Amino acid sequence: MTAAEKYVLAAYLVVLGAVLLYVVLYSFKLARLEREVAELTALAERRNAQLREPELRQKEPVI
Amino acid sequence: MSTWLRNSRGASLSLAAFGLLVAGVALAVFWVPNDADQGFSQRIFYLHVPVALTSYACFGWAAWKALRLLQTRDQRYDLESYTAVHMGVIFGALTLATGSIWAKISWGRWWVWSERQLVLFLILFLFYSAYFMLRYSTEPGPRRANMSAVYALFGVALIPVSFLAIRLAESFIHPVVFNRHGPQMAGSMFLTFCVCLAGTLALAAALYQNELTGKRLDARLRALREALA
Repeated sequence: MTAAEKYVLAAYLVVLGAVLLYVVLYSFKLARLEREVAELTALAERRNAQLREPELRQKEPVI
Repeated sequence: MSTWLRNSRGASLSLAAFGLLVAGVALAVFWVPNDADQGFSQRIFYLHVPVALTSYACFGWAAWKALRLLQTRDQRYDLESYTAVHMGVIFGALTLATGSIWAKISWGRWWVWSERQLVLFLILFLFYSAYFMLRYSTEPGPRRANMSAVYALFGVALIPVSFLAIRLAESFIHPVVFNRHGPQMAGSMFLTFCVCLAGTLALAAALYQNELTGKRLDARLRALREALA
């Protein structure tokens, strides 16, 4: 391989490497977003359960 | 299949970018003849110039979105302008990296400070890199959006200066391929260049679309968290 071929290959690999790095960083971002969605879903479910609690108490049979 | 493509702009742009870039690299490596002056190393041209033009396009798109924000005060343009600057800076860094490699083969040096084209592109790159410092030094809201929009609009004025620098220079070593007589290259070289440019633009559009979707999702989740807190 000549010096020119090595440099051309290096230039193309730099661009490919940058795109791959972007994909890796984006996958970290997606993982974070997924974690946040899971946290918010759990929070919303807890909130929903708290709202329903008085309703359920009213329906309990009186002894 | 067509409905899926229509509903997923990011995916269809990614597919187009992949196809065009694979075709462009194959044409650049196996089809185009060696340049009479630079030989094999001229093949960096099919990567370096499309990447540079794509970064100009991203900065131009950011300025257009900034202008729309200032006209309409619609805050969604702020995120679009910011994402376009983000993409422009990524492609700008790649332009500097590939340009340095080309300079090393052609001129024997990684960087030439006396060359106006290089220095002006570096100034443009640093100008847009400073955009992030400005943006994150201010609290989120309409004030930050307006300041960022004005900054992005000012930056776009540097693009024609950077683009025309090699044409206005009296003495230069940076090659000029496109002049008023059209592209100074063989038909096969020009076709390969066009395929590579289309591929790079499609790649930038795909990255822009994905990044914008991610940033919108992030903003909506933040709003939802505040609402639930």
